[in-house]
Amino acid sequence: MSTDTPTKSQEAAAVPPPGRASENKRIRQGHRRLLTRRDRITLAFMAGVPTVLHVLLVWVTALASILLAFTSWDGIGFDSIKWVGLDNFHQLFTDNPQFWPAVQHNVIWFVVLILIPTPFGLFLAVQLDKKIRFSRVYQTAFFLPVVISLACIGFVWQLIYNPDTGLINSLIGANKPGHYIDWIGDPNLNLWAVLVAASWRHTGYMMILYLAGLKSVDPSLREASALDGANEWQTFKNVIFPTLRPTNTIVLVVTIIEALRAFDLVFVFNKGAQGTELLSILVTNNIIGESSRIGYGSAIAVVLLFISLIVIIPYLIATFRKERSA
Amino acid sequence: MRISPSGLHVPGPSRRNVIRGAGSAALLAGAGIPLLSACGGSGSSSDPKTVSVGSNDSDAVPKKAYAAVYAAFQKQSGITAKVNTKDHNTFQEQINSYLQGTPDDAFKWFAGYRMQFFAAKGLASPIDDVWQKIGDNFPDAMKKLSKGADGKYYFVPMTTYPWAVFYRKSVFQAKGYTVPTTWDELVALCKQMKKDNLVPIAFGDKDAWPAMGTFDQINFRLNGYDFHVDLMAGKAEWTDPKVKDVFDHWAELLPYHQDGFMGRTWQDAAQTLVSKKAGMYLLGTFVAQQFTNKADLDDLDFFAFPEINSAYGQDTVEAPTDGFMVSKSPKNHDGVVKLLEYLGSPAAEELYLKGDPSVVAASSKASTSAYSTLQKKAFDMIGAAKSLTQFMDRDSRPDFTSTVMQPGLQKFLQNPKGIDSLLSSIERQKKTIFASE
Repeated sequence: MSTDTPTKSQEAAAVPPPGRASENKRIRQGHRRLLTRRDRITLAFMAGVPTVLHVLLVWVTALASILLAFTSWDGIGFDSIKWVGLDNFHQLFTDNPQFWPAVQHNVIWFVVLILIPTPFGLFLAVQLDKKIRFSRVYQTAFFLPVVISLACIGFVWQLIYNPDTGLINSLIGANKPGHYIDWIGDPNLNLWAVLVAASWRHTGYMMILYLAGLKSVDPSLREASALDGANEWQTFKNVIFPTLRPTNTIVLVVTIIEALRAFDLVFVFNKGAQGTELLSILVTNNIIGESSRIGYGSAIAVVLLFISLIVIIPYLIATFRKERSA
Repeated sequence: MRISPSGLHVPGPSRRNVIRGAGSAALLAGAGIPLLSACGGSGSSSDPKTVSVGSNDSDAVPKKAYAAVYAAFQKQSGITAKVNTKDHNTFQEQINSYLQGTPDDAFKWFAGYRMQFFAAKGLASPIDDVWQKIGDNFPDAMKKLSKGADGKYYFVPMTTYPWAVFYRKSVFQAKGYTVPTTWDELVALCKQMKKDNLVPIAFGDKDAWPAMGTFDQINFRLNGYDFHVDLMAGKAEWTDPKVKDVFDHWAELLPYHQDGFMGRTWQDAAQTLVSKKAGMYLLGTFVAQQFTNKADLDDLDFFAFPEINSAYGQDTVEAPTDGFMVSKSPKNHDGVVKLLEYLGSPAAEELYLKGDPSVVAASSKASTSAYSTLQKKAFDMIGAAKSLTQFMDRDSRPDFTSTVMQPGLQKFLQNPKGIDSLLSSIERQKKTIFASE
C-alpha cells in the first residue's frame, strides 16, 4: 500500500495540464500552474484517501498494538489499561508452555514448505511447460487447491484424518480400539498431517509462479543450449534455472509469508492444540473472546511482527539496492 | 480457542472460523475494540412500551421457544420485547464490547463466575427488586448462582441441564452391570466392560472443553464444592496436593477412556454410545441430541458421577444455567424489571420448555408434568443437589480456562506422568492472569 501511493501521485502529476489561458497569470507560482483547481482536488483525494486509510489501518493499529504489548488490559474501558513494562514478554519467554513450540512450528512450517512443495511445484511447472497434451487441464487441477480457501481445505482434510470415520484410518483399519492413529490429536503426528494439507495447496501456488517464470524464458536460450548439445537436465540446470532468479526471489518471499501467517488451516483442523501451536493462533486465542488478555496477545503479535521484520528488511534492502544500481 | 460448553449449542467449525478470522484481523492490533462496540445493541428506543433484549439464541429451537414466551409477556403486560438475536458464539466473543457500547436493556447470559465478572466490572445492574417478587420460585442453589460477589442479585435463571454419566439401559441389562455408586465400583465396572470388549468410557476432546467436565466431576467429588470453587476463582493453588490427587484419580481412569480422543469431537464420541460400542459417557444432557432414533433415546439413561470421598458424597451437580441480566443503564428500567419478573415465573419457564424440551426449568415451582423421563431425572438431580457448579469455563475466568486450562488438560491427557511440572506451570500462569484483575 505504501508503495502504491507515491506512484499514483506521480502518475496523476504527469497528466498533461489542460491549457487554459487564465492559468498563464500564475506563472510565478511555479509548478502549480500546471494543475487546475480540479486537478489539485482530485490529486488530494487520490493521494489523501489512501494515505489516511493506510495510516489509520496500518500504522496507527500497528503502533497501538506495540504500545499495548507493554500493558495489561482486559478490553473493558480505556481506564483499565495498566502499564506493566516488559512483564508480558517475560511471561511469554519463561512461563508460557505454548510459546516456544509455536515459534518452532512456524519455523518447521517454513522449512517444510521450501523443501518439499516448492521443488515439486517447480518440477510440475517444468513438465507442464513442455506443451504436453492436456496441459491446461493439469494446470487447472494442480492450481485448484490454491483457489479454495484455507478454511475449506482444513475442513476437508480434517474429514480425511478423522480417527473414526476418516478416509485414511478406514482404509488402513486404524479405527479400532488399540489401533488408533490419531492424526489430528497426536502431538507427534498432527503437525506433519497438517503440513501435508498445506503442501498440497502450496505446490499448486509454486507451480503457477514458476510456470509464469518459465514462460518468460527466452526460447532462443533453449535453442542455443540444444545446439551446443546439452541434454535436458544440463539445459535446465545451467540455462533455465539461472534465468528464473527473479521468480525464485518471489517464491522465497511468498513462502516466508505463508509460513508466518499460517493460521486458518490449523485453526479449522484442531484449533492449534498441542503439537500444532502457531504464533498466529496464540495471538487469536489470547485476544479474541470475553475478558480478553489484550496486552499479552499484543506482545505475541509484536514478536510475530519482529520476526517478519527480520525476514523482510534484508529483502527490501536487497531490492532497493538493485533498483538503485539499475 | 473455545467452543463453549454452553453445550447445547456447538456449531460447525467453518462458520466459527470465518467469524474468528474476521475478528482476528480486526483485533490483531487491539485498536479494533472500540470499533466492535459499534456492533452492539440497537435498543435505542426509550418507549415505555418496549424493552430490548440481546439474545444468543440463534438456533431455531430456542429462538422459537423464546418468541412464544415474549408473545405471552406482551399479552400479559402490554410491553413488547424487541429481541436482538446474534450468533451464539459471536455474542459470547463480543460480550465485552457489546456491554460497553449500547447494550440492550436485558441480555441473555450464564450464571456463576462469568456473570459475577461483568457485575463486578459495573456492566450490569443489580436486580434485587426483581428477586423480591420471584425469590420464592427458586431453590437456594439457584439463588446462590444468581448473586454477584457483592451479595446483590444480578441474574434471573431460566433453564439448566446437568452433567452426568450416560449409559444404555439395554446394555447394562444384557451384561448384568449395575450402576456404580463409588469410585471402586466405577473402576471395577470399567475393567469388566473392557473384558466384554466394550469401550468403557466414550471420550472426545478435540474441542478441548469436554476434558474440563471430567476434571470438575473428579475434583468436587474428591475435594468438595468449596475447594472446587476456590480453585476455579484462583484462590486455591493448583500445586496443592489435593489437585494432584484429582489427576492421579483421573490417570487411573484414563486407560478406560476411548483412545484417539484428541482428534474426536463429542458428537463422534456420542455415536459410539448410540451404536452400543461404548458403555458410558460423561457429558451434559445435550448428548441426547445425537440419539435421533426414538428407541435409542428411550434406552438412554444416566447416573450421577460416583462418590469418591464420603465426606462429600454426590452432593454437587454440575448444572450450567442460562438466564437473563440487566445491562448497566437500561433505557426502560420499569419495563425490564417487569420482563425479568415474568421470565422468573414458573409460567414463563413452562412455556419455554414446551418449545425446547432439551433442558429443564431453573425454577422449582415450574410444573414437571410435561417432562420426559430423562428431563424428570435431570430435574430431580438438580433439585436435590446441595451445591451447583456451572462448568470450568463458567466458574473461572474464561481467559484462564481457554488459554491455560484447555491446553493444560490436553497435555495431561497426552502425558499423564508429567503432571507435576504441568501443575506448577498452570499455577505460574494462573497467578499472572488472576493478578491482572
